[in-house]
Amino acid sequence: MATLNINGKRMDFDVEEDTPLLWILREHAGLTGTKYGCGVAQCGACTVHVDGVAVRSCSLPVGAVTSDQTIVTIEGLGAEKPHPVQQAWAELDVAQCGYCQPGMIMAASSLLAQNPHPTEDVIREQISNICRCGTYTRVLAGVKLAAERMATNHG
Amino acid sequence: MTSQFRGETPTGAMPRLSRRGFLASAGTAAGAFTLGFSFPLPAREVAQTATGASMPEVNAWVVIRPDEAVIIRIARAEMGQGSLTGLAQLIAEELDCDWDKVRFELVKPGENRRRGRVWRDQSTGGSRAIRGSQEYVRTGGATARMMLVQAAALGWDVKPEDCTVAKGVITHRPSGRSTTYGAVAAAANRIAPPATVTLKDPKDWTIAGKPLKRLDTADKLNGSLVYGMDISMPGMLVAVPKACPVHGGKLASFDAAAVAGMRGVKHVLRVDDETVAVVADTFWRAKTALDALPIVWNEGPAAAVSSATIAEMLREGLSADTPYIGNKAGDAKGMLAKSGRIIEADYSYPYQNHAPMEVLSATVRWTPERCDAWAPTQVAEAALDAVAVAAGLPAESCEVHTMRIGGSFGRRLVTDYVRMAVLIAKQIPGTPVKMMWTREEDMAQGRFHPVTQCRLRASLDGAGNVEALHMRISGQSIMAYARPSVMTANGDPFIFQGLMPDGAEMAIGYTIPNLLIDHAMRNPHIRPGAWRGVNLNQNAVYLECFIDELAHAAGADPLVFRRKLMVNHPKHLAVLEAAAKGIGWGTGTAPGVHRGLAQIMGFGSYVAAAAEVSVSDGRVKIHRIVAATDPGYVVNPQQVEAQIAGSFAYGLSAMLYGECTVKDGRIEQQNFDTYSVLRLDEMPVVEVIAVPSGGFWGGVGEPTIAVAAPAVLNAIFAATGKRVRNLPLKNAALRKVQA
Repeated sequence: MATLNINGKRMDFDVEEDTPLLWILREHAGLTGTKYGCGVAQCGACTVHVDGVAVRSCSLPVGAVTSDQTIVTIEGLGAEKPHPVQQAWAELDVAQCGYCQPGMIMAASSLLAQNPHPTEDVIREQISNICRCGTYTRVLAGVKLAAERMATNHG
Repeated sequence: MTSQFRGETPTGAMPRLSRRGFLASAGTAAGAFTLGFSFPLPAREVAQTATGASMPEVNAWVVIRPDEAVIIRIARAEMGQGSLTGLAQLIAEELDCDWDKVRFELVKPGENRRRGRVWRDQSTGGSRAIRGSQEYVRTGGATARMMLVQAAALGWDVKPEDCTVAKGVITHRPSGRSTTYGAVAAAANRIAPPATVTLKDPKDWTIAGKPLKRLDTADKLNGSLVYGMDISMPGMLVAVPKACPVHGGKLASFDAAAVAGMRGVKHVLRVDDETVAVVADTFWRAKTALDALPIVWNEGPAAAVSSATIAEMLREGLSADTPYIGNKAGDAKGMLAKSGRIIEADYSYPYQNHAPMEVLSATVRWTPERCDAWAPTQVAEAALDAVAVAAGLPAESCEVHTMRIGGSFGRRLVTDYVRMAVLIAKQIPGTPVKMMWTREEDMAQGRFHPVTQCRLRASLDGAGNVEALHMRISGQSIMAYARPSVMTANGDPFIFQGLMPDGAEMAIGYTIPNLLIDHAMRNPHIRPGAWRGVNLNQNAVYLECFIDELAHAAGADPLVFRRKLMVNHPKHLAVLEAAAKGIGWGTGTAPGVHRGLAQIMGFGSYVAAAAEVSVSDGRVKIHRIVAATDPGYVVNPQQVEAQIAGSFAYGLSAMLYGECTVKDGRIEQQNFDTYSVLRLDEMPVVEVIAVPSGGFWGGVGEPTIAVAAPAVLNAIFAATGKRVRNLPLKNAALRKVQA
């Protein structure tokens, strides 16, 4: 059994403790926006926030997550209104196939939460998710745009 | 038809499926996420409104709802390349509708077949989605416009030529009366289509040719887009397969009892003579059991093959006799035999995996009467045939529910995984089964970029002009494996991409008086496939790096040297000049920064790249790329820019890291930890120069891939004096291999 706080909801799961969080989200909680890409924490398609920090959920056993930790997925990130990163992504038409983008957006939003004014080098280093379509230049522009918007909005 | 109920899917809710229903996903301009749950309709020319009310289409391409929503049907696959939006722009342009009202629907191949292939070819490869259908989709849009105008004119009892259209509003000029597409769409359905239509001159375009945003973005940003991997249905099981890791090897036996008691495991199945699958209630439980399943393979003789034996096999082909000539002028061998100044080099290009982010999957429900597959595929019609054959049912009793795809790059031109999913589901009648591959299976069972070597020999005259060039390619044919029916008596007609003597598709850009380009086919057992750019990739490396070698041997500037060879190839030269000008060729660079050039023609377009790199402590840094392309026409400039920038991420991944090696007959790399790809930290700035010259329609998705590697390799030579002739660069001494 595992009890998790996902997108503000407390949910119970009858699962093996070594099941990666990714598969709890996708197959037990019905939150398929978090993607499987590699299963070995390489590609970042499975990125979610645990207590506000970007985590690669494919390699995090659910038994290592406690019920008082807060999990946010792509479905929860902009549930009330689109996150500035999602807005920037829409504005710049960042996505191509889109499969990696939930992970990219979760990584970018976590980065900006911790470092509201990242330099380009920091963005390039910190957003290490894989995109095979090659949206990287627009991802970079999207993070910069979101950072500007967040700075403006927060005065 | 591709009819659907539309509406928001609550966050976190899984799509549900009625027993006979089918699911399709579509996006809207407004961004509402839509899922369709509908029943196959006897009539094919009826769409449904948001409330489920039936409504006639204007024609196969266009449905207009009473609320003015314009639904455009898309027959080609969308896998990120953006042609969905481009095709909609072309139709909307001729339709003269309001772009803000445009939505899309994906066409299903069974529907297409039932309607006499009214949507024509659905296969999506060879950078053909737009160029291969632009004329008839524009005609479809124009035809719909004329029918809508005619319907309005009939209603008013006026002449249609006295009516004008703007943004879906029809106005009768003499009287000033107006109506809307939504108001006359039902009547337009009963109008006979015009016998002839005149398409707009592209210079008059207001929707096509503009940098409009994609139609299919919104549901990619909030996690609501249902990819093949994300399907869920009541009672659905998940299958995870494993095939013999040595291609061509067989499944000897497996011990199902060893995993039968594991939680969630429902079935352990022989899929075909080389594949076993575990079927469980979830992916994770199926995968866990598959990992624990004792399997015995009969690997066969290919188990003795390694990268070294493959390289030896290809090396023999560099000097063997061959009957297969792709391009010939004068007497290259004769000239080389008597010339005093020979330049010679051997190059090689490795196996590479497509590695799309979404690994292969297909969901199938089989009954003795019917088979439905929800399958991301680039070849919907071929997938339908594969489903029917595997299901043992007539194609009319099957359907492939097309889906948007999480990257593909050519991998889903093959329907092996669709067939496999049907063979699994057929053993569990009535139960929907989602077959999902692991990344490791995707790496092991790829359809790999073929492996080739190339020997180039050239002679220069006293003035540094190229007298003769012999280019011998030795290596693997994709078509000999994938499509034997297209093979000619001598070999694979696709092997000489970018090197053909002429033609509108793949012509070489140089005139060399004595030229011989030939191919010795050597086919290892590793299964090859069309990999974004296909044979253009290695051919561009071989040709463009060697031309650079010749320029340096002649003591000439690589741009000046090429110009002399390109006098008869003005379109090739124009993009090269544009890229060179863009990078500032001939002007100074920052300290330590060096430049390289490359050009090629492929998939009907002319492309070139110029790169700036520096090399220090054995590490290469790619600072900047300028890419120029002439695809004839540009339908969406910002999406062309996205495709070309993305081409460098893909092409430079291949050049820097892309290599699948073979040991004991199997591919060694199993995941992104050993099959590295380029990430944001290494992505160079890419400046895109589109120079559409009109008069022809070329492709965009693939050609630029091919110039990424040679432009950078030539810049590396400029920086280091070292020629890297064997890809990937990670194996070259000047770059330390990443741990």
